[in-house]
Amino acid sequence: MLWPHKDLLCISQLKSAEILHVFEMARRFAEINTRPVKKVPTLKGKSVILFFVEPSTRTKTSFDIAGKRLSADTYSLAASSSSLRKGENLKDSALTLQAMHPDALVLRHQQSGASEFLAQRLACSVINAGDGWHAHPTQALLDGFSLSEAWGEDMAGKTVLIVGDIAHSRVARSDVLLFTALGAQVRLCAPRTLLPSGVRQWPVEIFSNLTEACRGVDAVICLRLQLERQKAGLLPDLREYARTYGLGARHLNKANPGVLVMHPGPMNRGVEIDAALADAENSLILDQVSAGVATRMALLFLFLTRKDASDSGDEQSGRREPHQPHSPLLQED
Amino acid sequence: MPGPDLIVRNVRWQDELVSLWISQGVVQRLAPPDEPSAEGEQLHGEGMLLLPGLIDAHVHLREPGFEYKEDIASGLEAAARGGFSTVLAMANTRPVNDTAAVTALMRDRAARAHPYGPRLHPVGALTKGLAGQELAPLVELAEAGCVAFSNDGMPVANPDLFRRAMEYASDLGLVVIDHCEDPFLAEGTSMNEGRVSGLLGLKGQAVVAESMQVARDVLLADYLGLPIHLAHISCRQSVELIRWAKDRGVQVTAETCPHYLLWTEELLQGYNTLAKVNPPLRTKDDVLALRQAVREGVIDMLATDHAPHAEHEKEVPMDEAPNGISGLDTALSLSWSLVREGVLSLQDLLTRWTVGPATRFSLPVNRFLPGDPADFILFNPDLEWTVTPESLHSKGKNTPCLGQTLPGRVVTHGIAGKVLFHDAAAA
Repeated sequence: MLWPHKDLLCISQLKSAEILHVFEMARRFAEINTRPVKKVPTLKGKSVILFFVEPSTRTKTSFDIAGKRLSADTYSLAASSSSLRKGENLKDSALTLQAMHPDALVLRHQQSGASEFLAQRLACSVINAGDGWHAHPTQALLDGFSLSEAWGEDMAGKTVLIVGDIAHSRVARSDVLLFTALGAQVRLCAPRTLLPSGVRQWPVEIFSNLTEACRGVDAVICLRLQLERQKAGLLPDLREYARTYGLGARHLNKANPGVLVMHPGPMNRGVEIDAALADAENSLILDQVSAGVATRMALLFLFLTRKDASDSGDEQSGRREPHQPHSPLLQED
Repeated sequence: MPGPDLIVRNVRWQDELVSLWISQGVVQRLAPPDEPSAEGEQLHGEGMLLLPGLIDAHVHLREPGFEYKEDIASGLEAAARGGFSTVLAMANTRPVNDTAAVTALMRDRAARAHPYGPRLHPVGALTKGLAGQELAPLVELAEAGCVAFSNDGMPVANPDLFRRAMEYASDLGLVVIDHCEDPFLAEGTSMNEGRVSGLLGLKGQAVVAESMQVARDVLLADYLGLPIHLAHISCRQSVELIRWAKDRGVQVTAETCPHYLLWTEELLQGYNTLAKVNPPLRTKDDVLALRQAVREGVIDMLATDHAPHAEHEKEVPMDEAPNGISGLDTALSLSWSLVREGVLSLQDLLTRWTVGPATRFSLPVNRFLPGDPADFILFNPDLEWTVTPESLHSKGKNTPCLGQTLPGRVVTHGIAGKVLFHDAAAA
């Protein structure tokens, strides 16, 4: 497959065939991770900057390992050590990094839209490793890859439930797009205060009762609850949240046989997921971590070896013009 | 009666060709186009539309303090080119316009940069430093030339303080302008709360952040029997509350802006910071309600809420971008597009841009009757122009219109009979 994308910003940009292609590549790369010598020269000479303005150890390490196993040179930049701390704005930081000629920039940022902002301004590939509440496409791809390893690629007829703080979750937004694209039915379960605005128009079923929500599902993804939601008045306390929305084995009685339990991590054991359930046989949580490395290897491979703009005339490459709004006069009905 | 000192010939006024006779800064009369006169300078209108000079009751000219965004000279130049003979400038400068010294400085800068207009009328701060804690010295501000008071940009959360401010201002015969926004409901928001904010993962501002304050204000105005003016109304709920209040006889007036009549939250797609404005662009339903309200007069006036920012300030992720759209250059063209599409009549448009604000703020207005101030523009409705940074006279290039082609251009502007420019080539 000729990889047509310069950047990975959001699952919505991918066709389902492209998602399956990422899974296929990840499956091949997963094999490398089981060898005694876990390194191949595929991306030798390529440089990848890991620009994590919002701190994240897990995702950064996953990308770092993925790059190094393919022999790319990876360079980590954290907000604490970067000039963003000194008041430099994101555009200038990015242009500075670009002047060092990386082949890809992996961005984690606390603001929604930050990766699109950079992608419009940078010639190198921008891979969104999570932007605000908006998108976390590599997490969704690894979630999908983990389930496709268990189920096979055809997800039609499968039901995936996402439980927890949907409103503030980039994982939930990306997972909904990905599983819907692959033909699965998606359910959301959360208190009303943690549902995003406009969610009734999403292609999902919405539940407020966790036992009801789990009836007939094939996989449950628990989301991390950020402890500051309590201060923002979105829920009374962790105890009540855990009682109402913490996933336990008892909720899964009416789920489909073989139901799988997932969590993007890091977990609050005993809050959004029962401590024992996280370690149970049907937990995919550690498989997700392994799948993460393989998926990111696949993505780095696809983005770093794609044909260049100069070769293919691909207009998505290189500097794109910033967003040009088009706003025809709104018509009265 | 002295003869005319300026005759604007061959202009269209209410579908007739006329000439405008001006003497000593005021309208003498509208005469047949060819009526001869031995006196007076002649200016050829080339069949352009003759319109009264517009009044913008809501601009931010940024001086003193933020001259890199806009200054009084550039802001008034944009006003002149946009067709505005008079503007009311808000108080959120640095220092805040809460003393006679700042008011005097603003008026002085305007008089020096644009001695023949557009006229700048400062709006004084309602509370000291716009902090919402203590009343600003409203008497001092009124004496220095402020024509109204407002905490625009920093809405007063405390209803008791707001009530006292309305009462205190009423002794001066001046009205309080409220930027209706509940600070708790609006905290940390970047756009309208709705479908698009949910998809983009941005914290949205619910319409009730505005409408709850509208309700508070009209109830206070009703209880106190005092007037209130509501700035930049953006949603249906607010319109319905204002309509209710007016039906009840409450002395409430309200404004909306061209952007709320044209665009919706969809414009924020792609994290377009140029469309970030407060109150935020809402939904189609709100747009339609506002259009209806402008036609009915429930919304009394249009205003730009001209909010210029430097380019680099908008070139950041959405949450960091400042609110505001630069409006003076494009407002008439944008509102003209609504006339062209049959959404508003020309009469609606002119009333909302002239008589509406003039009545509320007790300003002179040109109805082309003898003795009216000779503030006029000649407008070429067929001339289209493409909005580019260079085409805008404001320093603020922050408008979602960039790259768009808009209908209609002001080719001539006269204020009190003085012709600021006469762009014969554009006519």
